[in-house]
Amino acid sequence: MRARMEADTGIQAFDIYGLSEIIGPGVASECTEHDGLHVFEDHFLPEIIDPESGEPLPDGEEGELVLTTLSKKAMPMIRYRTRDITAILREPCGCGRTIRRIRRIGRRSDDMFIIRGVNVYPSQVEAALLNVEGTLPHYQIILSREQGLDQMSVEVEVTPEVFSDKVRALEEVRTRLAQAIEHILGIRVGLRLVGPHAIPRSEGKAKRVIDKRNES
Amino acid sequence: MKLPQLSVFLENRPGSLAEPLKTLATAGINLVSISLADTEQFGILRLVLKEWQQAKAALEKDGWVVNVSDVVAIDVPDEPGGLVTMLETLAQAGINIEYMYAFCLRRNGRAVLIFRFEDPDAAMAVLNRENLGVVTDSELF
Repeated sequence: MRARMEADTGIQAFDIYGLSEIIGPGVASECTEHDGLHVFEDHFLPEIIDPESGEPLPDGEEGELVLTTLSKKAMPMIRYRTRDITAILREPCGCGRTIRRIRRIGRRSDDMFIIRGVNVYPSQVEAALLNVEGTLPHYQIILSREQGLDQMSVEVEVTPEVFSDKVRALEEVRTRLAQAIEHILGIRVGLRLVGPHAIPRSEGKAKRVIDKRNES
Repeated sequence: MKLPQLSVFLENRPGSLAEPLKTLATAGINLVSISLADTEQFGILRLVLKEWQQAKAALEKDGWVVNVSDVVAIDVPDEPGGLVTMLETLAQAGINIEYMYAFCLRRNGRAVLIFRFEDPDAAMAVLNRENLGVVTDSELF
């Protein structure tokens, strides 16, 4: 989508990272090299920790980004866990800036789940949905346990782009979505098409995974 | 002639059929025909109505996903075998029917049916050539 937007508009896209809990956008930003996002280290102290143990990790290793604000006055944050998974890049950037960079955020630590021994990130499911539909539909992942076995099903809202008056065409969409996800994850998933706005919209960080495995 | 048919995606749960119809009722739009395709997971509500543009706008405004497709209304003699003759003609011409349903309309000893063809233009060419009764919208609405 980034490449398409750049090609269509002739405008260069820059990733800007931020959290509303910190200051909103502007914690880190890409430069013209588009090779990671420079953290404004005079205002924010970035650390990477192991999301499981909470132990700090050295630069270059992937883990959860933790931020401390250095100049914020009214509501400072100390070692705030962002749940965003990235790595700190210490190497000098081609643009000449010497402040450290973080790798582009691809996924979040709290979203990851393990099903039948496979680590799954919702971003992988998103990639599959995007691939089939062209744009990302609203979706939700539901984990359940049936007869002692973990089951994963994905609910996908029907969009005008894929909706058809023919049952066969809709079944085909369903099959293609399921196959795309199964191809990426390597496990069987159930896929259910649901009506528009059937999946609750959340404020802030979207709740993509409903885990019902410990119920009943 | 070809008629626009609206299709609406419905979830398979109690009340899901009434909701879009209530939208149309509130907008004061009457249905000419209604048909429901159902699967284990979802349903597709198919509607033929005169004010289809207004109906589509009203449904979309209420958040429904709506598709417009061309269907063909055909009338056949309202007697045993009335439909078979027409179907055989289409079969011989290699016309594919995606789905069809009966229209709640009988007049002058004829019954009206709605057909969704793979290729509606080819189907109408065959029907008109064989002088089989393609119904115009002014006759329906």
